[in-house]
Amino acid sequence: MEAPAILVRDLVKRFPNQAHNVLENVSFSVAAGECVALLGPSGCGKTTLLRLLMGIEAPTSGTLVVEESLRSRLAYVFQEPRLVPWRTTLENVLLPFELTGSLTAETRELAVARLRELGLGERLAHFPRELSGGMQMRVALARALVTRPRVLLLDEPFAALDERTRFRLEDLLLELRAEYDLQYVFVTHSIAEAVYLGDRVLLLNNQGRLHADERVSLPPRDQDLKLQPEFNRYVRALSQSFHALEVTA
Amino acid sequence: MKLRERLPAWIFLFVLLVVWELSVSRGLVPDYLLPAPSGIWATAVELRAELWVATLSTFSSILWGLIASAVIGVTAAVCFFVVPILRRAILPFCVFFQTVPIIAIAPLLVIWFGFGETTVRASAFIVSVFPILANTLTGLEETDPLLRELFRLYRPSRLKTILKLQLPSAIPYVLAGLRIAVGLATIGAIVGEFIAGGGLGALIDSALTQQRTDLVFGGVLASTLLALVLVIGIDLLSRLLMGRRPYMRSSSR
Repeated sequence: MEAPAILVRDLVKRFPNQAHNVLENVSFSVAAGECVALLGPSGCGKTTLLRLLMGIEAPTSGTLVVEESLRSRLAYVFQEPRLVPWRTTLENVLLPFELTGSLTAETRELAVARLRELGLGERLAHFPRELSGGMQMRVALARALVTRPRVLLLDEPFAALDERTRFRLEDLLLELRAEYDLQYVFVTHSIAEAVYLGDRVLLLNNQGRLHADERVSLPPRDQDLKLQPEFNRYVRALSQSFHALEVTA
Repeated sequence: MKLRERLPAWIFLFVLLVVWELSVSRGLVPDYLLPAPSGIWATAVELRAELWVATLSTFSSILWGLIASAVIGVTAAVCFFVVPILRRAILPFCVFFQTVPIIAIAPLLVIWFGFGETTVRASAFIVSVFPILANTLTGLEETDPLLRELFRLYRPSRLKTILKLQLPSAIPYVLAGLRIAVGLATIGAIVGEFIAGGGLGALIDSALTQQRTDLVFGGVLASTLLALVLVIGIDLLSRLLMGRRPYMRSSSR
């Protein structure tokens, strides 16, 4: 059997000066190519789990293994675009190359190409404050994609956007997945978004434990799918699990 | 600011000048104590060549002092930021030094640098370096933590983080420091000139010994205009820099 892309065993995370663990014995594995949604109530440790995967935080105990060939090919998209205000669109996307000392004519072309694909070809010289929220998020996506990642970690990337923009970016993420042989793990508050974008949905409870692990088998996604009964069956099942969590909490 | 907003200030100035002129011309105030605005103006026009030369000399000293303050202040701030022990060792003395009045240090400067421009420039530098240093240090330290976290993802060298993140986000702080420093450097230069000679300071000083109150006022007027021009210059520089690139502390969110 192929080695999992990500393997998590008995993962515990506790921050200093905190009375209880943010994550409590979380175990799961993600197969190569699989896309996973992390769902759960506020403060359940979803973002912490994602930050642990990226290596921004270190686990308190437990095992977290990212498959060797993927380890240097992770990219992270924050909840907010987090663009450098005094850098233009293109300069923001070139930042990873500048900081790792790999800025060349070729990487520059790659950055321009990615921005064009994301519909930002006309905005290369604009500063973040001159872009809409959706455009800023696309720049942040381009900044993550330009490093040619195999695994994209996204922390509620579309939460702050209006619904239309969110749907458009959801579809963009699906296209990018197909085009670049990319898998992603993402945190979301939206059950519909989790079902729409995930092959699997992991539900965390308030104690930071893994409460449910739901596999989603749906035909190729498009926004019309959200109106279909099978889509709604998943949403309903997950809503019930989610609701059960809140009742026990 | 719009003309409408500035109008009250202009009206106040006009009223003040009229009252001043009338009280001197009606003999309410003797003109050896307070010469009339028209008298000051006449003297300024008459002695415009001397005033101009003195103003230029003071201007050059202020500029020297300011440039030295900017270069040394920013460099010192970066050093303190990179080597915290240096900061803990030296910064308290900078703060202490800042509290010693320049008028008390100026005679020492004459002993060290002699009479003339060097002492005046040093005097302008001493009073204006600290605000630039302190502001730059604050700017470097208050970089947006979210941007710092973003940078850490790519594991850049310390130098790259300073050059590409911390220094650019400190630019507004440096400019604010420079704005404070301009006024202080003007004071420093004129105090330096009182003691070391040259420029508007010496002109005011010699007018004082000759009891030429009108010329004293002329010198004061010239130094005020000079400081004003410098502040406007710093504002233009800020606008130029910030207009080209929006340097600011926080990332888009």
